[in-house]
Amino acid sequence: MSTSANNPLAIVSSAVQEHQNSPGGLLPLLHEIQAQLGYIPKDCVASIAAGMGLSRAEVHGVISFYHDFHDQPRGQTTIHLCRAEACQAMGARELEKHVKTRLGIDYGGTTADGRFSLEPVYCLGNCACSPSIRMGDDVFARVDAHRFDELLDNS
Amino acid sequence: MVKVFIPGDTTACAVGADEVAAEVALQAQKKGLEIEIIRNGSRGAFWLEPLLETEADTGRIAFGPMTTNAVAELFDAGFPAACEHPLKLGKVTDIAWLARQDRLTFIRAGITDPLSLKDYKELGGFEGLKNALDMSPAEIVEAVVQSGLRGRGGAAFPTGIKWRTVLNTPAEQKYIAANADEGDSGTFADRLLMEADPFQLIEGMTICAMAVGASEGFIYLRSEYPKALHTLKHAITEAKNANLLGDDIGGSGRRFHIQIRVGAGAYICGEETSMLESLEGKRGLVRFKPPLPAIEGLFGRPTVVNNVLTLAAVTTVLANGADHYRNYGTGRSRGTLTAQLAGNIRHGGLVEIPFGTSLRELVEQIGGGTITGRPVRAIQVGGPLGTYLPETRWDTPLDYESFADIGAMLGHGGIVVFDNSVDMLEQARFALEFCATESCGKCTPCRVGSVRGVELVDKIANQDQVTSNLELLEDLCETLDSGSLCAMGGLTPMPVRSAIKYFPQDFTRAAES
Ligand SMILES: Cc1cc2nc3c(=O)[nH]c(=O)nc-3n(C[C@H](O)[C@H](O)[C@H](O)COP(=O)(O)O)c2cc1C
Ligand code: SF4
Repeated sequence: MSTSANNPLAIVSSAVQEHQNSPGGLLPLLHEIQAQLGYIPKDCVASIAAGMGLSRAEVHGVISFYHDFHDQPRGQTTIHLCRAEACQAMGARELEKHVKTRLGIDYGGTTADGRFSLEPVYCLGNCACSPSIRMGDDVFARVDAHRFDELLDNS
Repeated sequence: MVKVFIPGDTTACAVGADEVAAEVALQAQKKGLEIEIIRNGSRGAFWLEPLLETEADTGRIAFGPMTTNAVAELFDAGFPAACEHPLKLGKVTDIAWLARQDRLTFIRAGITDPLSLKDYKELGGFEGLKNALDMSPAEIVEAVVQSGLRGRGGAAFPTGIKWRTVLNTPAEQKYIAANADEGDSGTFADRLLMEADPFQLIEGMTICAMAVGASEGFIYLRSEYPKALHTLKHAITEAKNANLLGDDIGGSGRRFHIQIRVGAGAYICGEETSMLESLEGKRGLVRFKPPLPAIEGLFGRPTVVNNVLTLAAVTTVLANGADHYRNYGTGRSRGTLTAQLAGNIRHGGLVEIPFGTSLRELVEQIGGGTITGRPVRAIQVGGPLGTYLPETRWDTPLDYESFADIGAMLGHGGIVVFDNSVDMLEQARFALEFCATESCGKCTPCRVGSVRGVELVDKIANQDQVTSNLELLEDLCETLDSGSLCAMGGLTPMPVRSAIKYFPQDFTRAAES
């Protein structure tokens, strides 16, 4: 791996170049940076702003508005736990308690070993087979405490 | 070679379709059998997923819900022949749950390989666009008006009227924005369509572009749908390669391009003006209306914002004619309702039926009641801002007007079923908490009032001055109702008030005990 691939500022500047001329390109740009770095470092905001012709406040405003964007490093895998009604009807509240205890973290937290971050999500579109969770890009259905432990042990 | 079908759909995979597919490949190899595994879309009978199908002379024969353990057994019984096995469901088209539906929009879902243009065309795809390319913009708009189609995203605004406004607003550049934010809990129809039949969305958007004179389109897709993103990306490439998108659509000399934009986990960005802000790269703050997006929308230009299902339905209207579509439904609700049976339901999934069926028939007969086997207590229709309905309201026909008459809404067709273990105070609390979490922050009642509402519900739960706190909560609902710019704050009272009105014992119980 070249040094530039590890250098957040280099990644940011090449992503900025890619999205600079696309109208409304800030969201795709932020997604891109987060996909590569896992988060959007605070000290990159100035160069994002300069590259996109925005103020730093505007960029910060966008990052803080959307639940998906994070300005702190995250665990290797994000676990999204569905908290919405269809999952509630199938025991999501109990699952939520179990997951928090098992991982030892609350929403927004990352496990001490850096493997998992936990986030709430309001619907994964898997509502006929609730409760649902998402680990990385995979969605799992009918997850109870036992199934959750199994998924965690196998990951 | 025998064709075997195993859906690649999100829900199918969430219940193990990938593992079943791998096991089928392995067992076929062990037995030296040549089969072709097709990862079709799902038919939406999610209670039967993973649904394995094999092609027999008489049609496709289904087995389900499949497990990896049953695969070897199935091969021993003679699979991929239409062998006997406890999981055999018979001919797919004879499965009563599917057979009783009237599939117009989901006509191909689960039958085809989602990314096969050949499959799509063989089953009627691109007929609508072909017709549209021979019509004037005004004629296309008129067909959509005549069909009676109303927006499937929630507000049920007549689609043809919206298109007419954009057509009649002169501008150098106009846009189509497909709303694929599908944030409502209990809904998955947009996702199913995009994963199972993505060309239909592309075709619908293209027809819309031809009708109003737009050359650029965006699909605003929620980030929670990675599989739909993958499928749509490939479908757009396929369509471009076949000249069904691009600078010379079908040799007509007309142009239309589609870009996908991925959301970032904000429910409010499903609201059309918030979505436009987000597409412009900004915070998703709801805009004041007027101006209507149809007149000043994306980047200030006339923009059609339509839900995925609305755009998809247009392909049927243009292929089969406005009258064909209009003939389904009742009153001012024309065409089909794509109901989504979710939550605590035995036979959950996508049910496309004409408007007018009763909620009770849908949940009890088609849905088979709860999966826990306990009595149904409450049904929330229309997403997180929808009303909780008690049994006395279940005979209401599923159409826009009948639901409005009982102070409810169909919204995007999500139907979430709860059994009698539900605590309606918790549900009311959640509605307010959700509003607080997802508010765009522009209006004080929505941003601050919702937080205050959660506190009030907590006091009621703790038996703290129940009567006066319920009164305060009602006042708060009144403020949300009248002081909100959009339906996020404006409709949060629906689940809250209905929970209190129809299930009062859950709020006073604490005080009595
Ligand atoms: C809070 C809120 C969330 C919404 N979410 C969605 C959504 O996820 N998808 C959608 O199509 N419409 C959603 N809508 C409705 C849109 O504002 C708009 O009415 C719709 O996209 C128009 O398309 P249609 O006429 O085809 O329904 C939402 C509205 C509100 C107030
Ligand atoms: S009601 Fe809520 S979500 Fe809607 S504009 Fe006001 S603050 Fe934003």
